[in-house]
Amino acid sequence: MPGLVPGIHDLTWCTKVKTWMAGTSPAMTVSQTMPLLIDILLAGIVLGGMYALIAMGLTLQYGVARIMNLSHGEGMIAAAFGAHWAFTAFVVSPLLGLIVAMPLAFVANWLIYGLVLMPLVRRAKNRAMLEVDSILATFGLLFVLQGIMLVVFGGQFYTYTYLSVPVDIFGSTVALNRLIALIFALVIGTGLYLALTRTRQGTALRAVAADPVAAQLVAIDVRNASAFAFALGGALVAAGGVLVSMFSTFTASMGVVFTMKALIVVIMGGVGNLAGAMLAGIMLGLAETAVARLVDPGLTIAVTYALFLTVLLVRPTGLFGRPAR
Amino acid sequence: MKLINALSAAALATALLGSGAQAQDTIRIGWAISKTGPFAAGASVTTLPNYQVWVKDVNDAGGIMLKSTGKKARIEIIEYDDRSNSEEMIKAVERLATQDKVDFILPPWSTGLNLAVAPVLNKYGYPHLAVTANSNRAPEMVKRWPNLTFWLGLPSELIDGLVDTMSTLRRDGKIGDKVAMAAVGDQFGIEQSTAAREGLKKAGFNLVYDKSYPFGTQDLQPVIKDAQAAAPDSFIAFSYPPDTIGLTDQAKVSGFSPKVFYVGVGTAFPIYKGKFGASAEGVMGVGGSNADLPGIKWYIQHHKEIIGREPDRWASPITYASLQVLQQAIERVGKIDREAIIREINTGAFDTIIGKVQLKDNLYKGVWAVGQWQGNDFYGIAPKQDGVRTPIVPKPAWQ
Repeated sequence: MPGLVPGIHDLTWCTKVKTWMAGTSPAMTVSQTMPLLIDILLAGIVLGGMYALIAMGLTLQYGVARIMNLSHGEGMIAAAFGAHWAFTAFVVSPLLGLIVAMPLAFVANWLIYGLVLMPLVRRAKNRAMLEVDSILATFGLLFVLQGIMLVVFGGQFYTYTYLSVPVDIFGSTVALNRLIALIFALVIGTGLYLALTRTRQGTALRAVAADPVAAQLVAIDVRNASAFAFALGGALVAAGGVLVSMFSTFTASMGVVFTMKALIVVIMGGVGNLAGAMLAGIMLGLAETAVARLVDPGLTIAVTYALFLTVLLVRPTGLFGRPAR
Repeated sequence: MKLINALSAAALATALLGSGAQAQDTIRIGWAISKTGPFAAGASVTTLPNYQVWVKDVNDAGGIMLKSTGKKARIEIIEYDDRSNSEEMIKAVERLATQDKVDFILPPWSTGLNLAVAPVLNKYGYPHLAVTANSNRAPEMVKRWPNLTFWLGLPSELIDGLVDTMSTLRRDGKIGDKVAMAAVGDQFGIEQSTAAREGLKKAGFNLVYDKSYPFGTQDLQPVIKDAQAAAPDSFIAFSYPPDTIGLTDQAKVSGFSPKVFYVGVGTAFPIYKGKFGASAEGVMGVGGSNADLPGIKWYIQHHKEIIGREPDRWASPITYASLQVLQQAIERVGKIDREAIIREINTGAFDTIIGKVQLKDNLYKGVWAVGQWQGNDFYGIAPKQDGVRTPIVPKPAWQ
């Protein structure tokens, strides 16, 4: 066993990694495991940041407005098409495009809430009824949006190259566009978290999320707050779509892929909780990357659902979720 | 958009007129194709645009000449969306055959849908040009259903072409033994990688990395990093378009540039070249075409003018050529006698954009197994046939 160099005995956590790697290379040393660990951590956090990014909009829409938006992925794809179009036709940087895309999505989602979802909110006798109705309504919206995109853009694949350059961090490389997506996820996540916990409007939103009936008693306009939360969630969805488009190949019918991933992250993190979505996303990213590197890339989906189930078994309302009353 | 409007207007007109119209002034052609659902992407790259271009070309030329009437018959189309669902597709094709009573039916996209529709088209006696089907059982199936023709070779031939190419390169001292292989974890990836594993081992190659990843994987960095760590001479991946692009992007970012870099479906797509530009040089993939043929040159330009983008360099030119074969077979028979037309397709020789086409036992044999981006086009480098290019190995560094 040439792998048993002194360095290993100094660090017990490295020997653990070594047993995972036994089949790959018997001569594994600290100088080899360290870069591997950094690779896993970095790639895992970057992937997790992307998962958090695509889930934050959904968690806000579901948590406050109580709309389980199944057309979430279509919103992302629409934003991705917008970014692609702006970049290929006018060479507008997707990051600059965010400045237009987010307010536009905010207005569009406010309108969707006002026109499509408000009638459901008005007639719903309770939250459960609104949730069921909104699932059906947004399921329909999914096909409307998808159909429009298929007519406008066709069914084929779209992709472009923006900032696909390596960045060196602690000897590991990561694509700059993915790193930027992570940074935006962190900035948006932290900013919104602070806004929700430190501002008056944010407190009102949390009050609506916690108890819409009691919120009315303290003079909070619940419908207005819900519309605002839905629109804000929509703006986040658009931001996610624009950022993800920098490093993804997408088609008009691919929205459901993002919706599924976002649902897992949202439920695992605790519905309506931004910090939860962030943590859940990064946990999933790290777990997937670690399994792909240390065991087998074929098991990434298995580990995603294993982690999801474990969290739900231990905490049925998600990592940061409160028990239902 | 204008084209689509014209087509749907034609479809509507046909629906209103019904079968009462003077039958041989027009030839009614129907198809069920995936316009929505997971197959829409493939169908709208390879299949539907070629149907649209061909119908426009035929009608712009006045139609298909029918000797029996001495007149040219224009094409009217009826189109259904199969929603990427084989039951929907079968229903639509049954409807085309029994209610719309079309003269010809063009096939859906994908191996699965083509195999599903084969018995139906056979039952109603329509020629079946299964261009986007790729199955090792093709030789048995055409014996059972003589109206069925295959155009993309057999999966085993695609792998043989790859292994032969690599063996030749190794014999010439251009690459060594070490191969890293990745495959998408669905039927396509598993079948191809199983065949490649056997072929490569038989040829004496050493598989230093051999893993599959789930369909729809968003981050392929782990695959590339581990393949890179194994320091292979060749990297081969049986991937779908999003992963084909993802793997290339990640290899570029990670500075992983092995002597042979082969990726799967999508390498032959124009978006691949569009995204990677000069970095695409030397990348190998499934498919290929001989872009030096005047027919292919005309076709690529023509497709771009009508559809607004270039065709892929694998099944697209063959799809268009298969329609040229259908047209010439109809003209030679001179009337809508489907039995005679099927016979003509199976036995005749035809001039098409991909050169002379003559099917052998209902299979087209001129398909390229391996292609490579060389300059501005994706040329065939295996098997050895007319127009074959010498592979550029080692692959130039990423730009």
